[in-house]
Amino acid sequence: MFGWFSRKQQSKDVARDRLKLVLMQDRMALAPHTMEQMKDAVIMAISRFVEIDENGLEFEWKGNERSKALVANIPVRSVRRGKTND
Amino acid sequence: MSEAIVITSGKGGVGKTTACANLGVALASLGHRVVLVDADIGLRNLDVVMGLENRIVYDLVDVVEGFCRLRQALIKDKRLDGLFLLPAAQTKDKTSITPDQMKQLVDQLKEEHDYILVDCPAGIEQGFKNAIAGADRAVIVTTPEVAAVRDADRIIGLLESSGFDNPGLIVNRLRPKMVAKGDMMDIPDIIDILAVTLIGVVPDDEYIVVSTNRGEPAALTANKSKAGQAFMNIARRLLEEEVPFLDLNEHETFWERLLRLIKTG
Repeated sequence: MFGWFSRKQQSKDVARDRLKLVLMQDRMALAPHTMEQMKDAVIMAISRFVEIDENGLEFEWKGNERSKALVANIPVRSVRRGKTND
Repeated sequence: MSEAIVITSGKGGVGKTTACANLGVALASLGHRVVLVDADIGLRNLDVVMGLENRIVYDLVDVVEGFCRLRQALIKDKRLDGLFLLPAAQTKDKTSITPDQMKQLVDQLKEEHDYILVDCPAGIEQGFKNAIAGADRAVIVTTPEVAAVRDADRIIGLLESSGFDNPGLIVNRLRPKMVAKGDMMDIPDIIDILAVTLIGVVPDDEYIVVSTNRGEPAALTANKSKAGQAFMNIARRLLEEEVPFLDLNEHETFWERLLRLIKTG
């Protein structure tokens, strides 16, 4: 009878939340390994000019519905001086 | 002006074929000339749902291969004037026709009929591409389950990239009592997630099983079941009529209500 006061989460809410999460991934249409490749390519390009902290790197999708933005947070340790080629 | 409508879903078993048969019956009973095209080559079922399986002589692939004329392959429904079925081939597969051939076929059917309803196979491969090729608009069937809604979302994306804007959504097999208890996703949840226009809600109805057993779509006797009425209403909405949505709530008795309140708290 305590159920009168504390209602546990309804299964339809669980279904809806799980669905929203899985659709977020589906709609990005990028396979996980493509994401990794892209991340590596960005790190390579930026590392030519600045020294970055790879452990603090954050790469994530922001937004909702059908439009997405890729947000990268790249902590910089120091700026490389001198030759930038090679 | 004729129009071709593809009935699709992504996931199998959500009621595409049942929806196709019932919408065809409903549109024909409203006085339109309708052809149902079974695009599920290799796994045809629209013929049995319509109760026309014993009358097949030629099929869609025979027409495309020039083995017979289109008119010879069309099966006329005896119950309703102006209702025809073009059955799929059962012993071939999805690669027996191309999207171009399908488009030509649908265009040819449009010359003599008002509505061409294409029953799309499950999946997103060749069969899906064939089925949408000749269509002017799309109707998506889903059920209030995570897997079905997820696949519907995928199909909506694919339809959008093929130039179909704003497909209509049918939510099939809704169980109002479960929705009331919070044990089934409700219509606002599904619409919010899929962001498309709702054109109908069909309740889970034992009458559909019985009518399918007999090969007599529920819309033939629409006043006998809520599902039949729901399909009738969807057909009228396809015709751009404004039709209010059915009240699907089965009003419970005092004792049922009391029992439910005690059980769920």
